[in-house]
Amino acid sequence: MNSFTYTRASGVEAAVREKAADNAVKFIAGGTNILDLMKENVERPSRLLDLNHLPLKAIEAAPDGGLRLGALATNADTAWHPEVQKRYPLLNQAILAGASPQLRNMATNGGNLFQRTRCYYFYDTATPCNKREPGSGCSAIGGYNRIHAILGTSEQCIATHPSDMCVALAALKATVRVSGQNGERTVKFENFHRLPGDAPEFDHTLAPDELVTAIDLPNEDFSQHFSYLKLRDRQSYAFALVSVAAALQLDGNTIKEARLALGGVAHKPWRDQQAEELLKGQPATEDTFRKAAAAVVSSARGYGHNTFKIELAKRAIVRALKQAAEGTQHASDIFTNSNP
Amino acid sequence: MNTPTTQAALGQAAIAPPPPTSTVTLKINGVERHLQLAPWTSLLDALREYLDLTGTKKGCDHGQCGACTVLVDGKRINSCLTLAVMQEGADITTVEGLGTEDNLHPLQQAFVDHDAFQCGYCTPGQICSAVGLLTEGKAKTTAEIREMMSGNLCRCGAYTNIVSAIEEVLHSKNSELRR
Repeated sequence: MNSFTYTRASGVEAAVREKAADNAVKFIAGGTNILDLMKENVERPSRLLDLNHLPLKAIEAAPDGGLRLGALATNADTAWHPEVQKRYPLLNQAILAGASPQLRNMATNGGNLFQRTRCYYFYDTATPCNKREPGSGCSAIGGYNRIHAILGTSEQCIATHPSDMCVALAALKATVRVSGQNGERTVKFENFHRLPGDAPEFDHTLAPDELVTAIDLPNEDFSQHFSYLKLRDRQSYAFALVSVAAALQLDGNTIKEARLALGGVAHKPWRDQQAEELLKGQPATEDTFRKAAAAVVSSARGYGHNTFKIELAKRAIVRALKQAAEGTQHASDIFTNSNP
Repeated sequence: MNTPTTQAALGQAAIAPPPPTSTVTLKINGVERHLQLAPWTSLLDALREYLDLTGTKKGCDHGQCGACTVLVDGKRINSCLTLAVMQEGADITTVEGLGTEDNLHPLQQAFVDHDAFQCGYCTPGQICSAVGLLTEGKAKTTAEIREMMSGNLCRCGAYTNIVSAIEEVLHSKNSELRR
């Protein structure tokens, strides 16, 4: 780890000001990702600004009747919050599918949005990586790429976004509340993370001085028909090879409203609105689900070791939509997200 | 003959100045401890290297194995992935604070009774994690215990007996056992 200084932020505005004044400042909240990256010399901040004492821990009703998740509420406190369990069980399931109880007790909601890829080459400072060292090349293209992206990739980067929580937030159409030097603004979740393009060093669209203060969940009900299906190399405590957040509103057997987002397949949580449109108004049958799945992977591209993900994603989408339609997944059921 | 020994005399770049330290007060197992620490000292290193509390183990040092699990304000965390300075004022419990040799914590006793370890290196982390699990009160079944203990690896593969030990305390009719 490099030498750095440490200070505590005294307020949101002060934190934004200090970050704007010095680009070498890095925010720290739960610390579970940035400290790991600092130990690997991937992140080398000269100064850490500790956000943990800012008043951003609350989980409370949002003005539109939705739910506001404070940026500093932990992943565990969020997953087990009674309102999240009752009204947003998809988010409960996605959070519990990720990491371990210890990490979920530390990691914050804001931090979850900013976690970096687990691409092996990004972590290995001895190898070229355009995300870590812009212009140095991508070692994953043509290298070992079993865990890498199949959708929205570029010639510069095929890394995936590692979060489970963010896949559910994408499906639930969350908005991110942000504070910067120019005041507050909201960012639609689909616009928060970005595709690699020719600038894979940027994971998200925020300006350097901006700070996430909360995540808002809209006042919509997907609590009856949802599924977070996570497929991975072991049943617990592993990143997704493919994960699917599926949420439906049904009128009898007809799909009134549909949400579909994937994890482990792209540089950002991959919500597919075209596939959602294909589902709407259709009967909730396997045939309908297959058409949506085919649409999602129609632009997918394999890179060798990860080519299996195309078929896996297709089948996972069908299974998750079936589970959602059947209404077989429940909040706080800590295994249903991965059982075969 | 005098041999030049300093870096400068050897024509090398001067060594960076010693890191700035600050006073950090940690409340560990009920006792306030004052330490002079560099900011990058993890809570784990503070416990082991500065306080001689070597019960908490360093396994991977990357939050993947759970050997460093301690309780902060009653919640289990990986002490390798937090800085000691970030825990100023927090109430920290390590395996040394759970019981005494004459009066083991029920989980410690259950680990002995169920032969829930082989080499023992992961055991303090397993026990602290299990204390956190019992406090959380979410895991009820064997499968749920296994899922909620997945952040603690055991290279000896003592998982079966670890789960049995936790189950015994979880299902103990004497609620005192689950203190």
